[in-house]
Amino acid sequence: MAETMTKTAVEKEKLEWFGPKERKLITDPLNDDNPVTVQILGVCSALAVTTMLKPALIMAIAVTVVTGFSNLVISLMRNGIPKQIRMIVQLVVIAFLVTVVEQVLKAYSYPVWKQLSVFIGLIITNCIVMGRLEAYAMANPPWRSFLDGLGNGAGYGLILIAVAAIREFFGRGAFMGYKILGATDEFLLNTSKHWWLSWYQPNGLMVIPASAIFLVGIFIWIQRSRNPKLVDVS
Amino acid sequence: MDNLLNIFIKSAFIENMVLAYFIGMCSFLAVSKSVKTAIGLGAAVIFVLALTVPINWVISELVLGPNGIFKTDLTFLRFILFIASIAASVQLVEMAVEKYSPSLYNALGIFLPLITVNCAILGAALFMVAREYNFAESVVYGIGSGFGWALAIIAMAAIREKIRYSHVPAPLRGLGIAFILTGLMGMAFMALMGINPATYMQQ
Repeated sequence: MAETMTKTAVEKEKLEWFGPKERKLITDPLNDDNPVTVQILGVCSALAVTTMLKPALIMAIAVTVVTGFSNLVISLMRNGIPKQIRMIVQLVVIAFLVTVVEQVLKAYSYPVWKQLSVFIGLIITNCIVMGRLEAYAMANPPWRSFLDGLGNGAGYGLILIAVAAIREFFGRGAFMGYKILGATDEFLLNTSKHWWLSWYQPNGLMVIPASAIFLVGIFIWIQRSRNPKLVDVS
Repeated sequence: MDNLLNIFIKSAFIENMVLAYFIGMCSFLAVSKSVKTAIGLGAAVIFVLALTVPINWVISELVLGPNGIFKTDLTFLRFILFIASIAASVQLVEMAVEKYSPSLYNALGIFLPLITVNCAILGAALFMVAREYNFAESVVYGIGSGFGWALAIIAMAAIREKIRYSHVPAPLRGLGIAFILTGLMGMAFMALMGINPATYMQQ
């Protein structure tokens, strides 16, 4: 009896569009359950595209679209997929969505596509997408799965954008491609002309891929010292 | 022959998947807690890469390319076919290993199916296309990049086993220090091609 009661309660809950649970699905992955810093999902492609902000922004949008819609599609099909071939079905859905995103990008923003081509392809094997499908979409209704996908894509994008902004500013003295600080006249602030800025040197470390990994490590440090629940006790 | 040796050294050390391109990081960070499992996963990755890179070369040349059996450019189907062939060959490898060598199968455990979603496998196939290797080169490239990946994960696991005895700040323990270690190892590997930020600026 109690079981049926809880079951109907769960079913009633499903009808809400933006209840507290749904909002939590979006906000949780931004901090407490961040895919990159907590779940270790999607680190792979996160690091190579973060030298500049613009490709990182596009990558973040692409991943959010793919996670959201693949969660939605798999959640709609979840009762019809045989267990043995579920991985292949999931991969085909993901690969289809990634191909769509890639072709759209190729059509509307060719230079960015050229820069990102291999990494857009790697969204297929980005563990975020598959990880969320396995962990959430296979067992939950479509609308919630969609929100969960969007939330996790956004949490991934947040890290990506933060890393890219820091790397672009300190490594190249630029922001979104606008040159701000540098030693030539191309830059907004020509450091060689102001005596109080003449000490400025761009930080070469930030251009090197390894810096992205240091930054994520430091983000994890900051996040865990602010939120002791996440600290690794083992 | 020189060329093949060159590709092997280059893919294993200089352009190491994990430490130079930071591809295949998820399982690299998640499974590098003990040397024993790292060796198992490393061996499985070498095997799967040596198998799938040539298979994907055949697919991209004979099926998708303009000179293939359909005589049309089908490269937009590349992702779907590549990932399907990878998933299928991992499944086949799993079944074969289970049948002929149950001890190895038990040792590898869940790592075999996990390899399907290791970015390094698809990444190697895509790099193989981007660099226009021929068949022999793609075989060597598959083995070389698998070897490099295995080397990286075993080294990482060894370091992480030792670091348990050091005083790492509590919030940095586990994942945080693993990230920073990977970055340091990456910088060490960069010494193989020379550390010059100017070359990265142009990208």
